[in-house]
Amino acid sequence: MTRKRIVLTVLHRLAILAYVAFALFPLFWLLKVSVTPTSLLYTEGIRLWPSRASLEHYAFVLTHSSFPTFFLNSTIVSASTAVIVTIVAALAGYAMSRFVFRGKYWIVGLLLLTQMFPLVMLIAPMFKMLSPLGLTNSLTGLVIVYVAFNVPFATFLMQSFFDGIPKDLEDAAMIDGATRFTAFRQIILPLTLPGIAATLGFVFTAAWSELLFALMLISGNQATTFPVGLLSFVSKFSVDFGQMMAAGVLALIPACLFFLLIQRYLVQGLTAGAVKG
Amino acid sequence: MTFYPAAAPPDGDRRTAKQKIAAYLEPWLYSAPVLILIVAIMLVPLALGISYAFRDIRLLNPFSGAFVGLKHFRELAGDGAFRGALVNTLWWTFSSVILQFLFGLILALLLNRPFRGRALAQALCFLPWAVPSFLSGLDWAWMFNPVVGPIPHWLYALGILSEPSNILSDPETAMWGPIVANVWWGIPFFAITMLAALQAIPKDLYEAAEIDGAGPIERFRSITVPFLAPTMAISILLRTVWIANFADLIIVMTNGGPADRTQIVASYIFTQAFRRLDFGYASAIALVLLVLLLAYSMLIVVLRQTMLTRH
Repeated sequence: MTRKRIVLTVLHRLAILAYVAFALFPLFWLLKVSVTPTSLLYTEGIRLWPSRASLEHYAFVLTHSSFPTFFLNSTIVSASTAVIVTIVAALAGYAMSRFVFRGKYWIVGLLLLTQMFPLVMLIAPMFKMLSPLGLTNSLTGLVIVYVAFNVPFATFLMQSFFDGIPKDLEDAAMIDGATRFTAFRQIILPLTLPGIAATLGFVFTAAWSELLFALMLISGNQATTFPVGLLSFVSKFSVDFGQMMAAGVLALIPACLFFLLIQRYLVQGLTAGAVKG
Repeated sequence: MTFYPAAAPPDGDRRTAKQKIAAYLEPWLYSAPVLILIVAIMLVPLALGISYAFRDIRLLNPFSGAFVGLKHFRELAGDGAFRGALVNTLWWTFSSVILQFLFGLILALLLNRPFRGRALAQALCFLPWAVPSFLSGLDWAWMFNPVVGPIPHWLYALGILSEPSNILSDPETAMWGPIVANVWWGIPFFAITMLAALQAIPKDLYEAAEIDGAGPIERFRSITVPFLAPTMAISILLRTVWIANFADLIIVMTNGGPADRTQIVASYIFTQAFRRLDFGYASAIALVLLVLLLAYSMLIVVLRQTMLTRH
């Protein structure tokens, strides 16, 4: 290796390190404050690690706050949303992938349109629509809203997975007398399992993060989701930094688990939902 | 239909009328649940929202609901907070997109060359994307808080701040808070899309150029840039619209303050609907935002069309 090569390699590794540090530091800080005992928080200032770590904030958050309920609510909402969206999007994605029919381009256009307009625009009318149905302040109402918001991008995502599976498979099954739906269910779906898992992961993460509609639609403690709970905790007890950050770490756990699950499919997911983030 | 049963004899379509109808309906049956959901839960509220823009709808006033014509829009024209929000939206959107794109592109270029531990480095660099947006907002708000966060102290040590204060509470600098959080959170998006595009460039192009004596800068300019250009253009355009609509970080970090200096149009709509419960006025602002975004998208489509015809 020439000198120039070595210098370039070192610069490259340093740049990568800088990116990794930038990506991880805020998360590291969250973790650090969450394990810092309150008595040390103000005296030790911005030390990188407290002289004594403790899990007292976690213990408090898990036993003396409503966060376990919020966590459960968010899990129910996100899991139901993910399952429903994936089923519905698998059907539509299959149609987009396998059929050529009049109206298909209108459907694609409609799905794209829903990704372009400001969702905040729907907050007020959504509240007005759901309130007489008794669906405000209810987890069911949230699931309905989240399902609709996530279905367009999940459809594109599922379509991209079906596109990767050869058509001959279900053609052969149908020659043998199976209906298309049977072929879809028994041959195509099992082959798409990794794609289904990725779609579940993407939708779960999106529903887990949703804040604005939950703020508008939920007002009682009973149906509060984690983001709303954390935000109201922050505005009420804005000095209990340790507890807030312990709760923040809890909110991070499912997101990180699903990140591991969908990591391999990020490219596909982001191109399908390019407009979604 | 792409598929006809192979059993159909070649001398004509002998399927019964019933079978034909079934074949015609099949794709619609598969798409029906998605279509129903979108129409009922997105298009109907969208239409309602547009109608609210011309009506007096306040949640706390049971007698509201009357048609008021263009009243909200006349109010908007004289609303200084709204005009400020428009300017802030431009500032927020373009600085976020440009920084996300630049840092994302550099990260993609760095990750595009093989090295030991690349898979791990890539996963760690992309991790912020998985952090829920409200948590990114809170986390960065804490990082900027002089009581628990390190950033004010660092900026003070560097001589950028005269005292370790919170930049989020200073009207002059507050907007940088959400922008930094947004950049941190959005770099992975651009890095991932750019990396995918980079990996689709045939490697032998570089080898051929190297044999022809092209230096690294020349190769980047004449191979990488032209190959990436379409992906860059599309992802930047779509992202611009998305970020203009993205209010979560601002709601969480500053709530539009101090003195409306971080209020963007999307967060202003949310504030009107959620805090003032003035659904009519909120919908009028939303309609204006919708029209502006549509105009922006149309402009882009037209620009693209003229560029394509010129080549």
